[in-house]
Amino acid sequence: MQWASWSAFFNMGGYAFYVWFSFGLTALCVVWEVLALRKRSQQALRLSKLLAQD
Amino acid sequence: MNIKWFKYSSPQTFYPLAGKMIPWFAWLAVVLAIAGLYVSFAIAPTDFQQGEAYRIIFVHVPAAWMSMFIYIVMAVWAAIGLGLNARLSAMMAQALAPTGAIFTLLALVTGSLWGKPMWGAWWVWDARLTSELILLFLYLGFMALQSSIDDPRRADRAGALLALVGVVNVPIIYFSVKWWNTLHQGSTINMGVAPKMAMTMLLGMLLMALAFWMYSIAAALMRVRCIMLERERSADWVKELSAGGKS
Repeated sequence: MQWASWSAFFNMGGYAFYVWFSFGLTALCVVWEVLALRKRSQQALRLSKLLAQD
Repeated sequence: MNIKWFKYSSPQTFYPLAGKMIPWFAWLAVVLAIAGLYVSFAIAPTDFQQGEAYRIIFVHVPAAWMSMFIYIVMAVWAAIGLGLNARLSAMMAQALAPTGAIFTLLALVTGSLWGKPMWGAWWVWDARLTSELILLFLYLGFMALQSSIDDPRRADRAGALLALVGVVNVPIIYFSVKWWNTLHQGSTINMGVAPKMAMTMLLGMLLMALAFWMYSIAAALMRVRCIMLERERSADWVKELSAGGKS
């Protein structure tokens, strides 16, 4: 383990903003993409179901 | 091997296969990311020059690798689609572009967040950064071109040409740190040379890269399923699928 305490871990040797922004933005992009894809596939399925009924 | 590969080259057979593959790749991505983050933050030592700021490498380098790798895979699918007039290949190229663009954006932004504390600048116009920015424009251009043409087969051909012309940019990005005198540091890993970084740092980076890779496959498969449904709405297989109530 590299860290003396949790606060040392969150502080990242004074680079907290840069490190956590990088990892946070990456996580945000992944979550956003997955949610957007879920929504898109639900819409596509709903529309093709509607079309199949006619 | 007696696998009928061509059987899976049509959307109606690939659609359910892709659906079965997505959870596997997604779970692999989750497990690899947890392992990668653990190694990156709990095991990898502090860098003697850059302190803790270097830990940005664990997202920056894998994102940059994926941005280039996805572009090449996208161009290969586009070329197959163009050469064999195979619609599923063109759909794969289309499905990869947004994920590639996201990784390119992440490589640029995390690089900026690393550059500021280390170089004192958010951005410099050196060869590595500029060619990576061009890669982002290539992805966005490919997506814009595809969506601006109504006829999907014509859109595929136009997109494929752009993707293929743009592929020259990838070796330029990769070798930019060798060919030009850049502020950006040299490659972290060189073929045939023992890595100069600590093994645990290397392991963290590789685990994160594998996680991103598996994630990219899962995301592209999810997107290609959407594209198949949207494009082939009037085809019999979509009607049967929808009438059967199965997703």
